[in-house]
Amino acid sequence: MSGRIKLRDVSRPDSETLIHLENDELMPLPAPLESPEKDHAWAALSEQCQSRYECGLDDTCAINIPKPKSPEEEKQLVARFLSGLDKLFDKENNWTFLEPLLLTMEHCTGCQTCAESCHIFEASGRNELYRPTFRSEILRRLYFKHVKGGGLLSAWQHGDIHLNWPLVARLIELSYRCNLCRRCAQSCPIGCDNGLVARELRKLFSQEMGISPREIHENGSMLQLKAGSSTGMTAEIVKDNVAFVDEDISERTGIAVHTPWDVEGADVLLIHNAGEIMAWPENPGAFALILTMAGVNWTMSSELAAYDAINYGLWYDDAQFARVALKQMEAARKLGVKRIVIGECGHAHKALCVIADRMITGDLNIPRESYLPLLRDIVLSGKIKFDPTRNDFPVTLHDPCNMVRLMGVVEPQREILRALCPQFREMEPHGVDNYCCGGGSGFAIMSGNNFPDWRFHVSGRKKLEQILNAFADCPGPETPKYLCAPCSNCKGQFRDMITYYGLWQKSRILYGGLVELVVNAMAGVKPGFIDWEWR
Amino acid sequence: MTAAIYLAIYAGLFIFLAGCIRRILVYSRTPLHLRWELYPLPHEHPYRAAYGGSYFETQEWWRQPQVANRRGEWRVMIEEILFLKSLREFNRRLWLPSFLFHFGLYLAIAAVTCAALAMACGFLSFGTRFSEFAHVLTPTIMFAGAIGAVLIVAGACWLLIRRTTDQALKNSTHAGDIFNLLFFIAVCTLLIGGYLLRAPDAASLGEFARGAVHFDRSVTIGPVFGAGLILASILVAYIPFTHMAHFIAKYFTWHAVRWDDRRNERGSDLEGQVAAALGYKPAWSAPHVGADGQRTWAEIATNNPTREAQTTREAQE
Repeated sequence: MSGRIKLRDVSRPDSETLIHLENDELMPLPAPLESPEKDHAWAALSEQCQSRYECGLDDTCAINIPKPKSPEEEKQLVARFLSGLDKLFDKENNWTFLEPLLLTMEHCTGCQTCAESCHIFEASGRNELYRPTFRSEILRRLYFKHVKGGGLLSAWQHGDIHLNWPLVARLIELSYRCNLCRRCAQSCPIGCDNGLVARELRKLFSQEMGISPREIHENGSMLQLKAGSSTGMTAEIVKDNVAFVDEDISERTGIAVHTPWDVEGADVLLIHNAGEIMAWPENPGAFALILTMAGVNWTMSSELAAYDAINYGLWYDDAQFARVALKQMEAARKLGVKRIVIGECGHAHKALCVIADRMITGDLNIPRESYLPLLRDIVLSGKIKFDPTRNDFPVTLHDPCNMVRLMGVVEPQREILRALCPQFREMEPHGVDNYCCGGGSGFAIMSGNNFPDWRFHVSGRKKLEQILNAFADCPGPETPKYLCAPCSNCKGQFRDMITYYGLWQKSRILYGGLVELVVNAMAGVKPGFIDWEWR
Repeated sequence: MTAAIYLAIYAGLFIFLAGCIRRILVYSRTPLHLRWELYPLPHEHPYRAAYGGSYFETQEWWRQPQVANRRGEWRVMIEEILFLKSLREFNRRLWLPSFLFHFGLYLAIAAVTCAALAMACGFLSFGTRFSEFAHVLTPTIMFAGAIGAVLIVAGACWLLIRRTTDQALKNSTHAGDIFNLLFFIAVCTLLIGGYLLRAPDAASLGEFARGAVHFDRSVTIGPVFGAGLILASILVAYIPFTHMAHFIAKYFTWHAVRWDDRRNERGSDLEGQVAAALGYKPAWSAPHVGADGQRTWAEIATNNPTREAQTTREAQE
């Protein structure tokens, strides 16, 4: 199918999908997944889904946009889209990203350098639909035609496009076929940013049309602002759960651990991705143990949104983003802590440490940092005794995009792994040149219809190839292997993808965080903290 | 004819400058945007810049001054501008044609600038005390200009072939892109051809440059070369109004976006800009945003839509 579709196809009035992918068209994978015939067949979209929702893009459907009931409704939706398009290029409405967006709109030369960097494009078998510029070029043509006035000369210079509801519906879906990893932007000779285009389109759809994935909005940022966490945990529940985690960790390690809550004037306010507490309790438990043993004066907060570092607004909505970030800062100010430290959550790192830096003033500007330098300094300080032989199994490191390419935290995690894991090996490429796990920008928590099929076959495929290659010297199940992913979102993607491909059974690949490896190597704790069981 | 060419050249340069200034103003007047940097940053400490590290790799980074490794920045900029480093690294197939084209442009621009400066300083005025210097300088400038024009034609032809035959490039190529490349090819071909085929009594490049500076209408040049000069002037005037003005955009995309890791410190100018931005009044329509064109960004950001909805429900009950 690659190369057959044209930009004008996106306005096609029929409801047929623009492309269809077959397993044998995708980028080949190494052993034991080298055979496309043995790969999972994609689940087909249900007839009910196809009849009720707009599914005219590809083999999946991420958003469930109801089909308009009449031509009048279609017109209204297009009008709302145009209204949002204008706002995207207006400083009152979009001061947050106006400059980079304008530059990207007006200066792309179409050289396709970005495509060579995009894992989704490559994994799809270089399908035109997933070319980073395909989405951007649609927005660019709409920008010149509808925001800048258009005309014949403009159409000749920038290309023309027909705006109708099918185009808008497909563009909504297409804005959720990018992980926002910005690897394409890193390679652009001009500095254009196709990742930003996808993000700004999502913003238009959310902030103007109220359209966004349920998992990210209703069950994500809205739930966080209502209950305190996107997991739905209220302050009372999270405290109960953490108490249980403390008890369990104390028992497993032989060292008494107690997580402090709402300690005024603490040195460190630690904010976890609350999903860790629910899905991987050994992670916050390991944090509590390390900080306790290192003698750090730390606390957690039970304020609304301040016990969950996630900030899904980063992926789709500036207002939701700002609200969550301000709540987290406000909690830190209220406690009078000296600094906020973010746990193992990539997007929370970037959200609070980097992006939110230009949304705060005065005493709300509480210093924020990654847990990685603190952990590195603890590990290398000699305060805690380690026995690296406890980690003598193959370990590779996944670099969460938000920590490395988008924040520049590259070496601390490696210093720790080099010190504690004798068989540490890098993926290629790594560091700021890494590939996304495929679950970035919300995909890891989006599981409607058959979206996971797309997520594992396409967006996660390049990372899967990297993981298998990193362990190519010990592929079989006789050697247990550890995929270190210091990010909840990435772990969610790995959990699901490794299960999907049966890699625990076939290759004994276990995924987990970094702090678990640190505790596993502690000489003073009971051996075997890492539980070599699939979960 | 000669006067018309002089006027075209001056008008072309004037429009070019005006267009560039306008574009610079548009971008520099956009409000402060959120941080959106991409690593590696060349102005980081050299050992960190080498692997893409940042000050976030240090505990309590805010207690240390921010590194400003300008030498690193200059090195990357020079490699990028002169040798198109990103393209060479990430898109080798397009690098050579693009490099030929751009390097040709640099040579041609350097030749024209040197000729104009030398003319203005009188170095190329025949019969002056600089005649010996001019004797060396004139052929050097002409050689650079000619090589530049040839490289532009070669690069543009190669790019044209790639744009029209490569399926990937075809999809993102507009009629305007083809026209732009043809325009460059036509201008350079006319200039080279016109100069080589000029009549024996036609003015040399030096004489023409001197005539342009002094607006000397007695200078005569051939019609082909003259047509090339007029077309070149139109091309120069046209560039700032197209995406070919990426030489301006690149400053902003790299310095003001990719490399902008300035910290928002209390009491800083940056904090003042943040405060100003938070005063903007958006009008997004989705109900959860709660924007009405009256509320500021700060008010919207401190409002909790779930609490507001709850309050409304309670009031209705």
